[in-house]
Parts: sequence; structure tokens; C-alpha cells
Amino acid sequence: MVAKRIIPCLDVKDSQVVKGINFEGLHEVGDAVEMGVRYTREGADELVYLDISATREGRGTFAALVEKIALGIDIPFTVGGGIGSLDDAARLLDAGADKISINSSALARPELIGEIARKYGSQFVVLAIDAKNVDGRWLCTTHGGTRFTGRELFDWAREAQERGAGEILFTSMDHDGTKAGYACELYARLDSLLSIPVIASGGAGSVQDIVDVLTRGRASAALAASIFHYGQIPIPQLKTALAAAGIPVRL
Amino acid sequence: MIAIIDYDAGNICSVKNALERLGASYVLTADPAAIKAADKVILPGVGNAAEAMGSLEATGLTGLIRSLRQPVLGICVGLQLMCRSSEEGPVEGLGLLDCRIRRFPAQADAKVPHMGWNQIGNLDSKLFREVPEGSYVYFVHSYYPDLCPDTIATCHHGGILFSAALRWENFYGTQFHPEKSGGVGSQILQNFLVL
Repeated sequence: MVAKRIIPCLDVKDSQVVKGINFEGLHEVGDAVEMGVRYTREGADELVYLDISATREGRGTFAALVEKIALGIDIPFTVGGGIGSLDDAARLLDAGADKISINSSALARPELIGEIARKYGSQFVVLAIDAKNVDGRWLCTTHGGTRFTGRELFDWAREAQERGAGEILFTSMDHDGTKAGYACELYARLDSLLSIPVIASGGAGSVQDIVDVLTRGRASAALAASIFHYGQIPIPQLKTALAAAGIPVRL
Repeated sequence: MIAIIDYDAGNICSVKNALERLGASYVLTADPAAIKAADKVILPGVGNAAEAMGSLEATGLTGLIRSLRQPVLGICVGLQLMCRSSEEGPVEGLGLLDCRIRRFPAQADAKVPHMGWNQIGNLDSKLFREVPEGSYVYFVHSYYPDLCPDTIATCHHGGILFSAALRWENFYGTQFHPEKSGGVGSQILQNFLVL
């Protein structure tokens, strides 16, 4: 049976992993390559690196960083942030990324999903969705949840699958940063709608939250950031607890 | 010297990086003399098997690959090209491994592609020296190698038991990606390097 995956997410700015806390600014928490190596050693199944640089210079240094990450770690990793074209995706593939994640650019031009998938395979394309609940409808947002697109979560996820996305990484903006648990019902519904794997993101605060989203939420993988970065839940302990709960994990 | 066969096989960064980490010297090449002279040969591959077979045939290297006597390792689609045939296309392969490649049926509780970490068992080759039964390795594929006399490792997905690795004579293949399979994968690659 395929193991459920645990995925630390690293937000990167100028080669440093940063984590915003309550939008009060960014705190550097470590070197991007070193942290990736450490998480790999601790048993992470995959890593996600998101480039949050706002400048052209920052974008340039990210591709160089991806090369170092690819050389340093021996598990799959996804990179995202600012990928707007097939050329952007090609540059990161050449640097050694196993997958890319796209979000705003796919909402602006859905054909991009198919273009990248046809050229490099569906396994290379992770479609990220940030959605918020507005009067009972889950609407896709861009720019960190500040702009609404009019697209609805479930429709968009299904369209993305049809266009060739290999995985859906869904973040509930209502749960992200709360540490009060994942949006389990939404993941379960996505799982029943889709044939591709769903990665859950947003809300992890405890081991039980991760157990819930991998069982009740039927997610294929759980992604989290701060609980790992600040050592609140060490990955080896988490995996032991998941195994004890009867969840198939790679130990 | 390890020769990685260069035939526009998609992303081969990870194979090169894994060899770097193991300190092995390698060359990415389509030069028949260099491939023939190499101690070991790796046939990588991602994407569509029929397209990959077309690219490989376009290099004119298929006859040479069949004639190689040193250890050859096919990875993922590289392995599939070494088999008899694939339902993806469909396409005829090199026929070095007595195996057919089939498509996973769509099922409610088994996602296709088979993507992620899964366990390998029935390990029966020097390729798996010091690799425990039930070790997890990383897979990404929608088509699988059938069980056959050349099977040297198996894996379960969606009620199907398939070949995770194959071997005939000096020709080896893994359906999973040893170059992305952490310490277990490094051990398997290291075992290949010392065959």
C-alpha cells in the first residue's frame, strides 16, 4: 500500500527559510539546503520549497538554490512561487526539481496546466489552490488570500485534473495559521471527486490533526510548516504516532 | 566510468545528482564507443513509453544496447523500454526482459498514477544486498511491469502484485526511482555500481 506522505513546506527568501507569523513580518528560521537535508534525515517523505521573493534578483537566486537542493537531498521535492510559463517550469526542471507547483498563473490561464503536463508529464505538475469560505461557497483566491477569482474550489480542482495536473495541493485559507486542525470535510470531498492525490495544507497544530486529515480527510499527504520548523512536532515522533494509529507510513 | 544514455529521456538531473552523491564518475552520452567502453550503463527515462522508444530508436543505439555485456540498469521508463512491449502506445520494447508492461486499472481506492513511497518484497538479487524486505522506495508510474520469470522484487498497488525490479543476465531494471528513494535507494545504486 502506498504510504501516506509527510511534507514539510519551506518558504524561501534569498536562500533562507522564513516563516511569517500572524503576518507580522518574516522570521528567518534557517538555511534552505541544510533544513532540507535535516528533514530528509528525520524521515520527511517529500519537501516543498516556495519562493516568496518579490524581486527579479530573488527569483534568479532561487533557480541556483534549487540546484543545490537537488544535489543535497535524495527524496522528491516540489518547487513553487512565481511560475508563470512553460519556460519558468523548464528552468526549474533543469535545475533538478521533481515537481513544480502552480497557482495564480493557472487560474489566469488554465491552459498552462496542460502545456506543462504534456511536455514533462502529469507527475511534474502540482496544482496549488488557496480557497476561502464565502457564504458557504469555497472560492479560489490569489496573492495570499487577498484576491478572489470567482472560481469555485471543487470545479477548479476537477478541471485541473482533466487538464493534466498530477496532484492537488489545497490550502484552506480559513484554517491556515490557526493550528486548529485541517479542513477534513473538504479534503474528503476532494478525494471522492478526484482520482489524483490530494495534499492537505493549512491548520496543523497537533499529531491528532494530522491523523484526522489522513484518515477522516482521506488526504494522500499532509503538509505543514511551523510545527516542524519550530520543533513542536519532530517528524520521527509524528511518524511513530501515525503508524500506531494504523496509518501506513514510511518509517 | 558510468555511461548514462543520452536520448532526450526527460529529467535526468536526479540520476546525475545521485551518482555525484555516491562519488561515482559518469558521463551523459549517446556515443556508441563511450557506452561500449563504460563499466556500467544506465538507461534513464520518464514520461510516455512510446515516445521514449521513438527517441531511443532515433539515436540508433538499440542494437548496441542489446549487445552490451556489462551491467545495465534501466530506471522507470528506461526499464519499460527493456521489456517486450508496453500497453502505453502500444509499443514494442527491446525485449531484453521477458516482461510486458500493463496499465493500472482505475479504481476507487488506488490512485493512478501510483505515486509515492511503497514497499518492495521478494527481494532476490545482489541489487538488494543489505536492503531489508519491506523497504520503502519511491514510485511514479501509471503502467506496471507484469510478474515474470525475470522478476527480482515485487510491489502491491490496488490489489495488483507487479514487478518492482527485473533482471536477465546483465540487464537490470527498477520500476521505482532509486535516485529518489533516500538511503535505501542509495544502497541499491551502490550495489549496482559494485556488480
